[in-house]
Amino acid sequence: MSSFKSLRVRVSQGTQYITDLRKAVPTSFRGRPSISRDACETDCRACQEACPTGAIRLAPVAIDLGRCVFCNACTQVCPAKKFEFTPDPRMGTSERESLVVEEGAAEATQVRAHATFARLFGRSLKMRQVSAGGCNACELELGALTNVNFDVQRFGIEWVASPRHADALVLTGPLTRTMKDAVRLAWDAMPEPRFLVAVGACAISGGLYAGAAAVERGFLETVGPALYVPGCPPHPLTFINAMLDLLGAK
Amino acid sequence: MYGRRQDDTVTISAVSLDTAGTLNLSRTKVVASSGYHELTSQLPALHCFERELAEQTGLHITDHPWLKPLRYEGRDQSAMTSHPFYKIDGKEIHEVAVGPIHAGVIEPGSFRFSCFGEQVHHLEIQLGYQHRGVERRLLEREPRSLGPLVETIAGDTSIGHTWAYCAAIENLADCELGLDVDVGRALALELERVAMHLAGLAGLCADIGLLQGATTYGRLRTTAINTTLRLCGSRFGRGALRPGGVQMRLSPELAREVAANVALLQRDLEPIDELFLSARTVQHRLRGVGTLTMTQAAELGIVGLAARASGVPIDIRGVTRTGAYRLLRIHPVVRVDGDCWSRARVRIDELGASLAWVGAVLERYADWQQPLCAVGVLAPNQLAIAVVEGVRGEVVHCLETGAHGELSHYKVQDPSFRNWMGLALAMRGNEISDFPICNKSFDLSYVGHDL
Repeated sequence: MSSFKSLRVRVSQGTQYITDLRKAVPTSFRGRPSISRDACETDCRACQEACPTGAIRLAPVAIDLGRCVFCNACTQVCPAKKFEFTPDPRMGTSERESLVVEEGAAEATQVRAHATFARLFGRSLKMRQVSAGGCNACELELGALTNVNFDVQRFGIEWVASPRHADALVLTGPLTRTMKDAVRLAWDAMPEPRFLVAVGACAISGGLYAGAAAVERGFLETVGPALYVPGCPPHPLTFINAMLDLLGAK
Repeated sequence: MYGRRQDDTVTISAVSLDTAGTLNLSRTKVVASSGYHELTSQLPALHCFERELAEQTGLHITDHPWLKPLRYEGRDQSAMTSHPFYKIDGKEIHEVAVGPIHAGVIEPGSFRFSCFGEQVHHLEIQLGYQHRGVERRLLEREPRSLGPLVETIAGDTSIGHTWAYCAAIENLADCELGLDVDVGRALALELERVAMHLAGLAGLCADIGLLQGATTYGRLRTTAINTTLRLCGSRFGRGALRPGGVQMRLSPELAREVAANVALLQRDLEPIDELFLSARTVQHRLRGVGTLTMTQAAELGIVGLAARASGVPIDIRGVTRTGAYRLLRIHPVVRVDGDCWSRARVRIDELGASLAWVGAVLERYADWQQPLCAVGVLAPNQLAIAVVEGVRGEVVHCLETGAHGELSHYKVQDPSFRNWMGLALAMRGNEISDFPICNKSFDLSYVGHDL
């Protein structure tokens, strides 16, 4: 009986994996913003004032994806309708500065493929996740990487339970003072070669908690991320595409 | 219950909800240095509130059985060593330390088990690792623009918290909204509940090795959160609710798409639920494991799903006198066993109830697309309390305004704050190897507790 029930589930399950993760675009997703070159209204700073994380710079208008929480407030207040959030999830970068999207910028932000990363981790990458004040949205999206839809294991990418087995430390949250020692311990426990990935506005810049008294980001000043994955939370496709770019995968 | 300190005086406010659905507020002033005698021994439900009160206001509470800080607010991790874990003496007792970092992709927290052989005598749960200082941050910004911040109080309960926030702000600004706004918010909330119940069931299946359950519940969750994505541009409902209304696309075409997704979920849940509920291995692993009795749940003031799985019938959706849940009833799912099986069963039945509710409401309402109403200034010297039945239980937001309509206090209570002690007690007498199942069956939020 039980095997019959199991078969029924198997039939209903069908095939769920996304065949081409490189080209997939999540419909309706608020992803990479595009800012038009249309002139701002005189002395208007509405977008800057509405932004909850101070992610917007004026003249020229630019959004720092490392701070942006994709709340859409800028789009709603801009009288010149300069902002639009496209569904493109490809937003990861390997340099902090490249996370800034300026007005008129046509192409997506880029991750620089690295021959060393490709050689060392291109066929097998083990990751350890540490949340230090993450709200569980980033954590759930990272967990989704290994579900049947995204199935990131097809690229040899996997989560591991111990930092001792990990090549990459994937950090979420703004880095709370009460996780200060634990984050450092996890990093120190990882064998070299190793690298750090900052996931979400909180980990990249502190996000909505930048400057909060309970946050202490000293660790990131000593260990720089090799990969930045922006979002609040980032879509699994944002992470996958950024990581595959870094590893030089097609 | 929460306190606010001014000089040497602490104003303590206690909010309670009676069975008739009436909110009661009591308030008293206590001198911080002399304080008062603890109430936890008589009312165990106050244990977390008194610990929080002492930590946040410096109020002196005498004879409290365990007045350890909850979150180590404003301190480094190293401060935690100055408050050791509860210790049981005895030659044959050994301790197992787990955390703060766990073996999965989950949030941090410390668990200390005192065991006799394989059996757990006592579990102490030490949290605080996720403390970001949310309540303080909420007072630093313009009160009507707190949406994005409130959405991160507990990222898996974004809608639950944001609804409570919006309702409180609208109340303070005397802004009355139509029933359709309420229905739109409830729709988003039920989708959030469906997504998290599916995540909970997928995790539970993974922990007992029912891989078909893990993969199928997991991919159905994708359908649920992608439905939310279609409505508001975020899989976690970010930006969906704002003071003054909802910001969701729900054109007639999209409503049909949502209805189709709901039908798909209902259709594909049936075979996996049947497999889950009838498999002997599942029953063997979950029945009689991690039992929280009705007496314990009632005494500890356990809320939400965990309470209902222990026979305590509390569900805020059932006591509201107006709004979406009056338009269409959603009856609380209650089971009495209080074990992991019971909590799994409540999840499964609530999934069915929520999906049926969403399906029914979509038939009545076809168009929510409305501009936000302007929300005016907040009334001075007022207190607004909002209670929403979130995924895990009641989400409570208490907002107080000062003489100029500014926010003078913002108290947030996530259901996990009340429920962690339930997990600790449910573990007693169980095998330590069953901890992952017990933990997953409660599926509590670390960050919601730590704020």
